[in-house]
Amino acid sequence: MRTRTLIGLAVAASVAGFASAAFAATADDYKAAEAKADAAIKQAHALKNEWTTTADAMKQAKAAASAGKFDEAVKHAQEAETLANGSIAQSKEQEKLWPDAVVR
Amino acid sequence: MLRKLLIAVAMVAGAAQPLFAADAASDPKGEFKAFRDYFTNRFPKVALDDFVNGPYSMDEGLRKQWKAIDEFPPYDFAIDKGKEMFATPFKNGKSYGDCFPNKGIGVRQDYPQFDAKSGQVITLDMALNNCREANGEKPFDYTKDDMAALTAYMAFTSRGKPMNIKIPDDPRALAAYTNGKRYFYTRRGQLNFSCASCHVQNPGNHIRTEVLAPALGIMNAMPIYRSAWGGMGTTSRRLRTCNSQVRGVPLPGESEEYRDVEYYLSYMANGLPISGPGTRP
Repeated sequence: MRTRTLIGLAVAASVAGFASAAFAATADDYKAAEAKADAAIKQAHALKNEWTTTADAMKQAKAAASAGKFDEAVKHAQEAETLANGSIAQSKEQEKLWPDAVVR
Repeated sequence: MLRKLLIAVAMVAGAAQPLFAADAASDPKGEFKAFRDYFTNRFPKVALDDFVNGPYSMDEGLRKQWKAIDEFPPYDFAIDKGKEMFATPFKNGKSYGDCFPNKGIGVRQDYPQFDAKSGQVITLDMALNNCREANGEKPFDYTKDDMAALTAYMAFTSRGKPMNIKIPDDPRALAAYTNGKRYFYTRRGQLNFSCASCHVQNPGNHIRTEVLAPALGIMNAMPIYRSAWGGMGTTSRRLRTCNSQVRGVPLPGESEEYRDVEYYLSYMANGLPISGPGTRP
C-alpha cells in the first residue's frame, strides 16, 4: 500500500513537472503570439476601428518580453489578439446594423 | 449579337445595383425632416433655436451656470487671438481673407462644403489650412489652439446666422453625406457606443456628471471652450475625445470620416443659428 502511494506521488510529481515545463513560454512562443496579435491589429487598423485597450495590452506584452517574462508577454499578446478580433467582429457586425439605428 | 449585348447590359446593371442601392438609401431632405421631428417631438419644451446650446437646452441648473460663466466668456481670449491672427498678413503679403468670400467675415455657416474639384468635403478648418499652404505657410495642427482661435473668431463673425449646408447634385457629395451618416450611427470602441448612442438616444441624460447634448445643432457651437480641457478645442479635438471616451483609437484630425460626419450633422442643423464659439462643461 505504501509502495503504491509512493509510486502514485512520483507519477503525479513527474506529470506536474512535465506540465510546468510544457507551459513555460519561450521567446519563440512570444514571437508567435505577437505575430498573431499584430496581424489582427493590422486588420482592425484597416477597418479604422482599433480599441485603445488593444494597444495597452500590446504595450504590456512588449514590456514583459523585454524583461524576459515570456509567460506574461504571451498572455498579454493573446489578450491583444482577442481584443483586436473583438473590434474586427464589431466592425463587420456594424456594417450591417448601423442603418437600423438611423432616425427615419 | 443583340442578345449578347442585352445580357452584358443586364449583368453590368446587376453588378452596379448594391452601389446605387446604398446611395439611394440616403434621402437627405427626408432624413432632415425626420431628424428634426425626432428632437422637437422628444423635447417639445425646447425652442428649436435653443438646441444649438447643447446641454444647456436640456438642464435648467446647467443653464444657470452657463449664463453666469458667459458674463465673462472663457473663449474671449481665443476670439481676440483669432482676430489678430486673421488680420496678420502671410509672408507673401496676402491674408486669410483673400481665400474666402466676403473676406472671410460671416461665412462660417456655409461650412463644411462639398468641393467638386477635389471630390471631398472641405471643413472651415481644412479651408484655413489650405489657405495657409497655398500662401506658403505651414498648416496648423487640427486639434490645437491656433486652429481653435482662428475658427473661434470666424464663428463669432457668423453668430446668429443660420447654418447653410448644401449637398450639390453630385453622387460624390451624396456619398460623403452617407459616409458621415454611417460614421454617426456606427458603434465603435470597446464600450460599443456610436455617436448616436449618446446624442440621439440619450440627450439630456447624464453620463457620469455630464449632461449629454442633443445631436441637433451640435456643430453650431464649434469650436468650444471646454472646462474639462481648461481650454479651447476644435471639432476634430471633440471627435477624437469622443472616440477615446468609448475606448476607440481616435482618427487623425480632419480625417475623411470626421469631415463627413461634420457634413452630415451640419446639414441636419440647417437653418439653426451659429452659436460658436461655445462653452461646455
